[in-house]
Amino acid sequence: MNEIAGQLQGYANQYFGPQWGPQVYTFGRSLAMIVAVLVPILLTVLYYQLVERWVIGWMQVRKGPNRVGYKGILQPVADAIKLLMKEQMIPAGASKALFLIAPVVSVAPALAAWSIIPFAPGWVISNADAAILAMLAMTSMGIYGVIIAGWASNSKYAFLGAMRAAAQMVSYEIAMGFAIVGALMAGQSMNLTQIVARQDTGVGFVSWFWLPLFPLFIVHYIAGLAETNRHPFDVAEGESEIVAGFHVEYSGMMFAVFFLAEYANMILISTVSSLVFLGGWLSPFAFAAIRDAGAAISWLAAPSILWLLAKIAFLMFAFLWVRATFPRYRYDQIMRLGWKVFIPLTLVWIVVVAVFMMEPLAHLPVVRIWFGS
Amino acid sequence: MLSRAKEIASSLMLGELVKGMVLTGRYLFSRKVTVMYPEEKTPLSPRFRGLHALRRYPNGEERCIACKLCEAVCPALAITIESEQRDDGTRRTTRYDVDLIKCIFCGFCEESCPVDSIVETPILEYHGEQRGDLLYTKPLLLAIGDKYEERLASDRAEDARYR
Repeated sequence: MNEIAGQLQGYANQYFGPQWGPQVYTFGRSLAMIVAVLVPILLTVLYYQLVERWVIGWMQVRKGPNRVGYKGILQPVADAIKLLMKEQMIPAGASKALFLIAPVVSVAPALAAWSIIPFAPGWVISNADAAILAMLAMTSMGIYGVIIAGWASNSKYAFLGAMRAAAQMVSYEIAMGFAIVGALMAGQSMNLTQIVARQDTGVGFVSWFWLPLFPLFIVHYIAGLAETNRHPFDVAEGESEIVAGFHVEYSGMMFAVFFLAEYANMILISTVSSLVFLGGWLSPFAFAAIRDAGAAISWLAAPSILWLLAKIAFLMFAFLWVRATFPRYRYDQIMRLGWKVFIPLTLVWIVVVAVFMMEPLAHLPVVRIWFGS
Repeated sequence: MLSRAKEIASSLMLGELVKGMVLTGRYLFSRKVTVMYPEEKTPLSPRFRGLHALRRYPNGEERCIACKLCEAVCPALAITIESEQRDDGTRRTTRYDVDLIKCIFCGFCEESCPVDSIVETPILEYHGEQRGDLLYTKPLLLAIGDKYEERLASDRAEDARYR
């Protein structure tokens, strides 16, 4: 890997000279990393959407899409072609520039936030020390896309949908932020790689932060559902009141871009949740006994990107599971849950964590696992 | 007080939500009931009311005697009949139109027919591609009757004991 990089660096210096060569190399390297992260994410979004239809179908004792290709495996391709060939409509009264810019504003932060996500030690575009801050900033930016879309459409329904979505996203952002605050207290860092590293204390899945921060884990996940306007918090759209919400007026690929942003955000939240609360790439069987038990089973305890992918996949599946299970919240109930339950709950638990991290308590028998060192 | 505390504790532990998710989780693996339509079809009752047909007697004579009871009973005014005396002195229709766009498939025409002439077949897969395609005229209706006579007769024989 390093040899190839060195060789490429040499070529860059050779062709572009000593002044431009290193810069061309850095640019090319960043571009390659971005492609390496974004292409799998876009493919995942494509197939997440198919899996969503399957899982919800199965839970409703239906078969789900199974016509296009073998068992419906090409359904996302058919959908993409359909969306590509659809006409792009811009409503007569719409603010054209904002209307066109809104999907971009919505999808850009959803994808940009991936720049600070580590997939394994060192496998990260930018190993920023303020990674969590950057992530929170990026996910908050998505709201602008929603509001701009709703306003620029010049439609009552779109505007109502945008207002609802924005109010909901803003209020759940706080609970989500506090949940993350608890995690960065326990992790004693805002760098995601270090937070994961701190969860490696030799007792497998028990050492991950989901146990001491269980309420925060749950709040983070549920706030994630609300943040992405997913079931059961999807009042931003409603067939019978405001149709599709802020993106009613969008068609074809512009709609697909909003869709992409929503699903990319779902995957992002699952990823952050698995990194911060579920130990990222650490193995659930990373007990000291298994780790030292010889090559035959010690591979079980080795950290691997596969563990991370499995955790992300499970949390993504839970998104669908929740959607297939629960009825929607009423709007006032959503606001009550966000402001009167989640925010106090997270605040209290942050204090509890702080207390247990203090010197005498942190060395109690069980607490030592997480807060000991 | 204690029960209220219990309530709060159980709602914080998401007990009910977990119960619901276990239920849907179980359904994830249950046998699916989807009928793969064009390949598989659900069975139809002999009383199924689909596309109309005019039947004939076994000797080839058309049954309809232009009594116009079906026209009179039709709640959607979908049937139009004109009649004339034939050379052998019997009264026969010269025109028998069923406008399937108006028809509500109530089956009253079939019920009212004294000679079992107008019937509704179990055919449900038909369509019109332009305006007028769904105005079924007498030759069309007779052709449908001829084509499906066997099925129509057996369906009626099966249903006869319940009438």
